[in-house]
This record gives sequence, C-alpha cells and structure tokens, in this order.
Amino acid sequence: MVDNDGLLATEGGSDLAGIVAYGAYVPYHRLKRSEIAAVLGEGGGRGARAVASYDEDATSMGVEAARAALRRVPAGPVPERIFFATANPPYLDKTNAAVIHAALDLPPSALAVDFGGAVRSGVGALLAAADSRVPTLAVLSDLRTGLPGGGDEKEGGDAAAAFLFGGDDAVLAELIAVGATTDEFLDRWRTPGAPAGRVWEERFGEHVYGPLADAAFADALKQAGLSPGDVDHLVVAGLPARAVRRFAGGAGVRPEALADDLTGAIGNAATAQPGVLLADVLDRAEPGRTIAVVVLADGATVLVFRATAALAERRSQPSVAAQIAAGGDGLRYATFLTWRGLLNREPPRRPDPDAPAAPPSHRTGRYKFGFVGGRCDSCGAVHLPPVRVCVKCGAIDRMTDVPMADAVGTVATFTVDRLAFTPSPPMVAAVINFPGGGRFRCQLTDVDPATVAIGDRVEMTFRRMLTAGNGVHNYFWKARPVRGEEA
Amino acid sequence: MASRGIRDRVCIVGMGCIPFGEHWDRSTEDMLLDAATATLTSAGVTLDDIDAYWLGTAASGISGLTLSRALRIGDKPVTRLENMCATGSEALRNASYAVASGAYDVVMAIGVEKLKDSGYSGLTRMSIPSDGTGWIMGDTTPPANFSLLAPAYAQKYGVDADELKDVMARIAWKNHQNGAKNPLAQFRKAVAKEAICASPLVAGNLGVFDCSGVADGAAAAIVVRAEDAHRYTDRPLYVKGLSFVAGKAAGSMDPDYDFTTFPEVVRSAEDAYAQAGVTDPRAQIAMAEVHDCFTPTELVLMEDLGFAERGFGWKEVLAGTFDLDGDLPVNPDGGLKAFGHPIGASGLRMMYECWLQLRGEAPPDRRITTVDRGKTLALTHNLGGQPGECVSFVSVVGSEPTA
Repeated sequence: MVDNDGLLATEGGSDLAGIVAYGAYVPYHRLKRSEIAAVLGEGGGRGARAVASYDEDATSMGVEAARAALRRVPAGPVPERIFFATANPPYLDKTNAAVIHAALDLPPSALAVDFGGAVRSGVGALLAAADSRVPTLAVLSDLRTGLPGGGDEKEGGDAAAAFLFGGDDAVLAELIAVGATTDEFLDRWRTPGAPAGRVWEERFGEHVYGPLADAAFADALKQAGLSPGDVDHLVVAGLPARAVRRFAGGAGVRPEALADDLTGAIGNAATAQPGVLLADVLDRAEPGRTIAVVVLADGATVLVFRATAALAERRSQPSVAAQIAAGGDGLRYATFLTWRGLLNREPPRRPDPDAPAAPPSHRTGRYKFGFVGGRCDSCGAVHLPPVRVCVKCGAIDRMTDVPMADAVGTVATFTVDRLAFTPSPPMVAAVINFPGGGRFRCQLTDVDPATVAIGDRVEMTFRRMLTAGNGVHNYFWKARPVRGEEA
Repeated sequence: MASRGIRDRVCIVGMGCIPFGEHWDRSTEDMLLDAATATLTSAGVTLDDIDAYWLGTAASGISGLTLSRALRIGDKPVTRLENMCATGSEALRNASYAVASGAYDVVMAIGVEKLKDSGYSGLTRMSIPSDGTGWIMGDTTPPANFSLLAPAYAQKYGVDADELKDVMARIAWKNHQNGAKNPLAQFRKAVAKEAICASPLVAGNLGVFDCSGVADGAAAAIVVRAEDAHRYTDRPLYVKGLSFVAGKAAGSMDPDYDFTTFPEVVRSAEDAYAQAGVTDPRAQIAMAEVHDCFTPTELVLMEDLGFAERGFGWKEVLAGTFDLDGDLPVNPDGGLKAFGHPIGASGLRMMYECWLQLRGEAPPDRRITTVDRGKTLALTHNLGGQPGECVSFVSVVGSEPTA
C-alpha cells in the first residue's frame, strides 16, 4: 500500500484499503426516452434509461452485481461484511443485505448491514467498506421511478455495483485519499412511501454545491499529493445535474480525463451511480492511472484511487459497456408504467399467488436464496432442489452441496404460459439441463417469447418473483439468455 | 411381492352420472345427492343397503362429512380421498378392495367436483405453505405443463409442427364429435378442425380447444362381490384389474426424461394388463376412456397404453383408429375434452361410459361397434399431475367373467 496516510489512517486502522474485486449490473431493459414523449405528447428526449424488470428490485440487482464481483475472485477473500446501500429498499425494519448475504451463500459469521434511505449512503458504504478491517463488500443499488413525465423518470436509471475491499497483493485499485464536505440544505428530498422526490430550484443547488465540491476535491488531491492535471479519470456523480456539470467543467482536469456519466445510455442510478461509473472506469483504466470519484449529495465526497498492475488481469466480466450494448430497447412505456405500479392493469383470472412461508423458506434457504443443489455421492446425479433421496439411485442422505448459481444451462424444452399468474404476462417457462448434471424447471426472464429456442444457453439470475399480499417479497432464481459474452 | 389384483372378485352393479357443466344453480351437495340417487336406482337399492362409502373430491369438500351431511347418511363409514385428477378412480379402487377383502358386502364409490364456484379460469391448486420456489407443482398452469409434450414428441419422431397441430386438432375434433352425441356432456356441439386450430392460444401451441372443459359434476358406482352381482343386475361389470402408480417425480430434475411419455402410465398399464390377463390391448380391448386433459396427452397415452407403436400414435390418430367407429374407440363419451373435467368425478364418469357401452345401453348414434364384434373389455385411464411427475390409474373391466 502506498500513500495511505490520508483520512484512512484512522487510529488503529488497518491497511485494508483497496478494491480487490468489483462488478456492475445494468438490467437488460431500456426505455427509450422518445417512448415517453410518444405517449405523453411532450418531454422525453434522446437516449434511453435502464429499467429493472418487473421481477427485479434494488436487492436483486445488488445480488447480481455482487455475484459479478465475487466471480472474479473465486479463491480470493470471502467477504466478512456486506454493506448494502440503496434509496429504494424493498424492506424496512428487515435487513435487505441479509438477502444478498443468503444469495451469495456466505457463512453465517459474515455481517450484513443496510445503509438506507439517502442517495449519499452509496458512497458512504464504499468508504465504510474501505475503512473496514476485514474483507468487506459494498453493494450499491438503486431503482428510480418518479412520476410520469417527470425528470426523475426520464433521467433516472436502475443499476447496481459492488466492490470488495481487501488488502492483499490482489488489490486492483488502491484508495489513496478521501475528501468530504457536508451541508444541510434543501436540494432534494422524498418522504417515506412517496412515489417521487421533490427538488428545489436547481440553480440554488448549483450555488451551494459549488464550493462544497471544490473544497472536498482540493482536500483529497492535497492528501494524495496530486494536482487536477494528474487525474487520469474523473468521475462526477450526483442527481443535481446542473451542479454536476458545473463541477465537471471547472475541476481543472484534462478534458479527456472526464468520464462519460452514461446518463444518455442508461440514466442516473442515484445511489448506485458512482459505483457503476467507477466500475466502467476500472473496466478500461491502465495500471498506475489515477481515478477520482466525486459524488454530489448533501455535500461532496471524493475518493481517489490508483489502479494497480493487477487490474489489467482481473477486470470484471461482463463490462459495463458490454452490458449497455447487450440491452434491449423494445420496452414500451405502458409496460414500464405497469411494472412500476403506475398503471393498474386487469389481473389474470387466477388466484393471487401465496406468500412464501417463513419456516420452509428458512429451511431451504441455501437453495431458495443461494441456489445450492445436491450431488449424489453414490451416482453423481445433481438435484435441484437438493433432496435426501436420490431420484436416480435411491441412496439416502448421500448428498454433497453443489453450488449451481453460476452454472450455464441449455433450454431442453419450454412453453409460453398465457394463463399463469405473473406480474408481466405471458410467463415463459423452461426446462433447463445443465451440462455438468442436473435439471431445473423455471421461468425465463429478460426474454422475448418469440425468440426462445430449444438449445439456447441460459444463465441463472436472482429475481423477485413477486410480492405477496402480506408484503413478503418472494426471491428466487430464474434463467435468462446468456448475453454480452466477451471473447 | 406382487400386484395380485382382484380379477372377477367384485362387480359394478349400478352406476349414475349427472350432466357435467357449469352448474351455477347446483351445489356440491346437490350433485352428490343426484348422482347417488341415480346410482341407487340403477342398482335397485336404497341408502340403507350401502355398508360403506368412498368419496373422491380433490378440493370441493373435506372429510367424509361432505357426503354424509349431503345424503344424511348415519353411522356408516365414509372415506374421503384425493389423488389429484385420478381422485374419482381412487374412490372406485379403494371401494373395490374393501369388498374384495370381505369387509363389506355393498359399497358406493362417488366422485364430485365443484369447479365453477371459484370464479377462476382453469384449475386452482391447494394452498400449502411453502418456500415459494414452486416445488409443489410449480408456478405454471396445467396447460403449460402438458404443452411440453407436443414439441418434444414432434422433435423425437420427426413430425412437422404443423402436422402435429393437425393431429392435436384431430383428437379434439373426434372428442367433440363424440360429445355432441352425449346428452350428459358439457359441450354437445361438433367443432370444425379449422375452428380448433384457430382457437386462441393458452399455453405453448395449445389453443382453447386443446384443453378439457372446466365443469361441475358427479358420478358414482355401487360395488358388490361378484357372486352377489346377479342379485342386482343381469349385466354386471366385472373388475378385471385396478392399478395405481404414484411416480417418483424424477422428470422435473432428471435430464434423461424427454417429455414424450408418462412412465407412470406405462407401469400402471402393464400392471393392470397383468392383473386382467390382457396380452394384446390393441386387439383385446373394445374401448378406452383415457385422460385427455389436453390433446397431446391423449396422443402420448395411445402409445403409453400400448394402443399404438412408439412414434406411430400420431399416424393412428390421423387414420381414425380411435374414432367411434374405429378399431379401438377412445373416449366415445367425449372425454374430458367434451364431457368436461370435474376432477373428483372424472374417473367414475369414464367408468360410466364403460358401463353403458359394454352393456349395450349407449344410445345408437354413439354405440361402439367393437362390442358387437365380440370384445368384452373396456379400459379407463386417469392421471393427475404433469409430465415428469404424475399419478396414473388404469382399470380394465369386462362384461363377462373370465372363462
């Protein structure tokens, strides 16, 4: 570790201050802004925003980002803490990070904690993870909706990013300085349960943010012994667009150092935005380069990283750019509104699905959340779900856990169920065979029913199947087409 | 260990079946009473003559009280049972064994289902607390589950998708033709193949006309020892074989299962044939009532029951083998397709058609010709669940005792 004498050198602090793995998740669906204008007759604009599917939420997207991160360090440190930040938590009172913990099949000894509510909690989770003395995973995720025709709807986006901080030779990017300023002012606010936030006149925010950002940036660079011209990649994140633009334009960095904020392609994922943009820079930054991340939210927070030689070896897959390129922009505005509960459509004439019950969900937790199956020690047959009696040879209690979440399968057969209850008909159900053994019947998601074919390669994805009448979110796994693979 | 069966030891001596359909004005109790009364009349007995009852209902009532309350039966054993869509057949099987054991002289098997009070399309399933992973029968609906048969069959045997659609339509057309001649059937109109093919899709390539009718209904049978049968009727039906198989539910997790067969049906058919002494079902059986819940199901059943060679069932369907005037009429009463499918009643409804046809009581326009050609055996097949994990029942009954 170098130059680790800034704010991180807290009393008794460790030297665990680098990113050892990272991953981002951009959902498949894109809503073209012209779709909004086509329906509402005004507004819209160019480009698209990323849209979490009807079966995704901040937690499930966070799981996908965390899986992408940990997949790159199969033999690396196991997170001993998870800090999950979102301004759109699927549960209150109950810890959403516990769902992520379960989906990653982490040991019970790992701590899982939510950083809730405010957009700034995203960068806060990053800092807390960096300050942690044990390998810690920061998961940033957000799902942005807003009201029809509003700026949040148009400019917002849904995405997640995850960063594992640790301190061995495997560090990809060292955190070399941190700067922060805080002020209390009415820039943006949302009361709990409200569908959309409120903003004050943006010019006021621009006025207040300016000096806050300048001070934090200058402080961080001073600690790092850098001048603005030394910054190779500058990421500026934040919902106050005018203030973000003003700071980015006046920060003093070389013009080519300013990173694309991706809002044209996927929108602004608020709490997750700094994470997604940092991941995008890590996808391409050369070893030795300096990366500054500036987040404007109730003040300014600045993190300065330096890429190591290891980065070139262990970039995340698929990259942010690949995920953006693999998106599907066929989403209709009416479907988006339906998914977000803003267009109340006639339900199918089928009974509402039952809520999952607590005791069975807990008993089968490693399967339900972690997608851990069982392999028969006697004959090798793989079982999903895990069972005690082998379906092939009848051996009893001769099963070994077999993680299946990262297995790639093929569609053995499938059907389109136009009668089944689903929040977004029709349901596409498939029988998946895994080349390494095992069969799983499940729903396909992020898929056009007309293009599914027997033999398609599919990967597993963690989803919120539905939310029952009692408010319980039913999380489980679906399959989706393998997309965005890089050579 | 063996499935010995009870060939010729018990007989059905009375049956009743009410019209199936949307009985908005009839309750479960009404249907039970009407079916039971018709059955008692058929056998020439009264409630007091019945020693014990087996009530099959999948979800229209719980416990024996559902029947004893409706009929005001006092102080008699009433067993309520459930085995998914094979529930009605299970009532008959258990009732038959009770008589064969010598425990009772005269028993009634009765099945009932009230589907049209739920307000939903299709079947609904029991609410069993679960982990929400869909393990208990999954998230998908029955038509979706059975729709998996068609593309798998077409691929395995090289049948063109359009051709297979014609085969499915032929099955629906046949069963509607038969149902049109049956005053008890839910749908009593012939349907053109073009209309069947053009019907709105429900799941996969199954249209509305590929699916069985959702109906209310009830049917019942009275079973006695064979040596007592002629006290009640000159033409009893001899129970030749009763087989029931609950699969080990491997198909949903075993990649070797290919969705072109029901192994449970194959095994239950083999067992029933062995009990009944049937060696060539295609040649020996006069008619079959099979579980045509969806058209591809009937196609696959023709092969699983040994009525057609593997991979050739579709050709036999197109050739008319299973038509009313074919070599082996299948579902001469219209089947689940046209007669309707009130779960707990269907197995007994199937038997009711055997009762009519083997005794020569079917109306002339629906009468099969195989009986006149000297065949005396009929088969019912009833299954529940889905391809890959199901329960299957096969019975063989006959109008003559084995020589």
